[in-house]
Amino acid sequence: MAASTVSTTNRTGPGALKVAGGRSVWLKRIRNESTTRGIVGACIILAMIVLALFAPWIAPYDPAGVDGSAVLNGPNGSHWLGTDNLGRDVLSRLIYGARISVQAGLIATALSLGLGIVIGLVAGFSGGWLDNVLMRFVDGFLAFPDLVFLIAITAMLGPNLTNAMIAIGINGFPSFARLVRGEVLSVRELEYIEASHSVGARPVRIMFRHILPNITAPIIVWASLRVGTAILAEAGLSFLGLGVQPPTPSWGSMINLGNTYLEQAPWIALSSGAAIFLAVLGANLFGDMLRDMLDPRLRGQRFAED
Amino acid sequence: MSRYVSRRVLAMIPVIIIVSIMVFSMVHLSPGDPVMLLIPPEEASNEETIELMRRRLGLDRPVVIQYLDWGWNALQGDLGRSIRTRQEVTEAIIERLPVTLQLSLFSTVLSLVVAIPLGIISALKRNSWFDSAATFTGLMGISLPNMFVGIALIFIFALKLGWLPPSGYVSVFDDPVAGFKSLLLPSITLGTALMASVMRMMRSTLLETLRREYITTARAKGLAPKVVISRHALRNALIPVTTIVGLQIAGLLGGAFIIEYIFALPGVGKLAIDSIYARDFPVVQGVVLFFTITFLGINLLVDLGYAFLDPRIRYS
Repeated sequence: MAASTVSTTNRTGPGALKVAGGRSVWLKRIRNESTTRGIVGACIILAMIVLALFAPWIAPYDPAGVDGSAVLNGPNGSHWLGTDNLGRDVLSRLIYGARISVQAGLIATALSLGLGIVIGLVAGFSGGWLDNVLMRFVDGFLAFPDLVFLIAITAMLGPNLTNAMIAIGINGFPSFARLVRGEVLSVRELEYIEASHSVGARPVRIMFRHILPNITAPIIVWASLRVGTAILAEAGLSFLGLGVQPPTPSWGSMINLGNTYLEQAPWIALSSGAAIFLAVLGANLFGDMLRDMLDPRLRGQRFAED
Repeated sequence: MSRYVSRRVLAMIPVIIIVSIMVFSMVHLSPGDPVMLLIPPEEASNEETIELMRRRLGLDRPVVIQYLDWGWNALQGDLGRSIRTRQEVTEAIIERLPVTLQLSLFSTVLSLVVAIPLGIISALKRNSWFDSAATFTGLMGISLPNMFVGIALIFIFALKLGWLPPSGYVSVFDDPVAGFKSLLLPSITLGTALMASVMRMMRSTLLETLRREYITTARAKGLAPKVVISRHALRNALIPVTTIVGLQIAGLLGGAFIIEYIFALPGVGKLAIDSIYARDFPVVQGVVLFFTITFLGINLLVDLGYAFLDPRIRYS
């Protein structure tokens, strides 16, 4: 096996023209690596969901429990991640904060994904005036830089979690729509689509059965980025005081508090930042695994060579 | 190509109209009486003042007339005045623009210079230790919240090591060294996400492109591997990357809000955040419109770049 690895790296240039033996060993290795990482990601996500669901039973303290005798304590035996400026247990607040992030990540992304796929497919596939109208509409939304849009919406509707999720969901759909449309344009003129047309397949069938499965890889890569982005966006809004309102604990507002006390109590910012980082990382690792599993071209090659 | 350019430029007009309607509607879709958003809070309890202001601001007219009036003024660069400082909104934005521009440009250049070569090498040396390291770093990069990166950088390089200032702004034109130092941490913070996602996209699209038949054809007809990659694979792989860069630059403009807030940089983003806290609605509205029009301009450039790279799009 070592020899085959060496021989593949010596052959310059990646990709299609590899000797079958070397390549299949290779592919298995990637597959396994990405699966391992994907499982790590899935475990992180699962852990977050468990924390979110069972927060009252898992958290050692009341997340809003003020304790005047334990203000800004460093991590210790009774408060594993220390306490904040009001003596509240940082770990318990992090555990309750998972609720906000799970909701924001999943609900907002589902909203963007659904809207984006439908609009992108229809626009790219039909072309002409409908494409133009839809894409101008999408451009209208896309025209707003992410946080600018989120800030505008929350400033308008008022700062709370529901409005934040609506804002994040709507804000995410144009990028899906554009990506989907771009991919549709690149496969629309290929022979197999022409073939489906000629055997009389209806447009909806061609869009969802022939085009969509062939463009899933980039959509999934992007969706994996978006779940993470949605969690980040919620954290960003809460960080700026425009998302979840106190005293409800959220990771974003905890980082903001941690920023204020960075010199005396770095553990507040560092632990909440690490929590957001882990959650987003988990979503991304999981998305990568999905990508490798769902990419039909990659799968086709593996079957061909097995 | 020139026909394509003029078509795209003309196509921007309806978008600008849609955007302007959306921004204008902010005041009217907001729950509550729009007049309350546009007058100083200390005058908001006096009925007479409210009615006077409503008439003076023209809020008693039909909405369409109000929009046309507002749009006409905005076209001439008049976005109204700040409630808080009575300064003209346009003036306030122009005053703070250099800071935001420097920050965005610096971090874009920084991240593209790092990301594109890394993504290409990663794809070409797939599964090498380099690829694993780059993929891992990229994954870290997109997963790191920029407020966390910013705060961690301040903690390490400013508070612990004392090498760079924790916050504040010095113009590079006044003092190049101090200016550069004051921008370094914010730019790294702002550029992390862009760098990571460009690298990821570059790698995955190049890999995908290399699996296509025309690459096999190019190889089969005996082209040198370098030529296959640079002339056939890279050009096509760069198309989705351009889109992502364009989309991510929006993130960069928005990221400026958080970065300027953390590092206390007196840019346009900081102006907007301060104005939201102060409920200074005309300024918020002005900044949103300004950032959006700016982004539209960038988007147009990306689309033109897209057509330049892919003749199929130009001639469609």
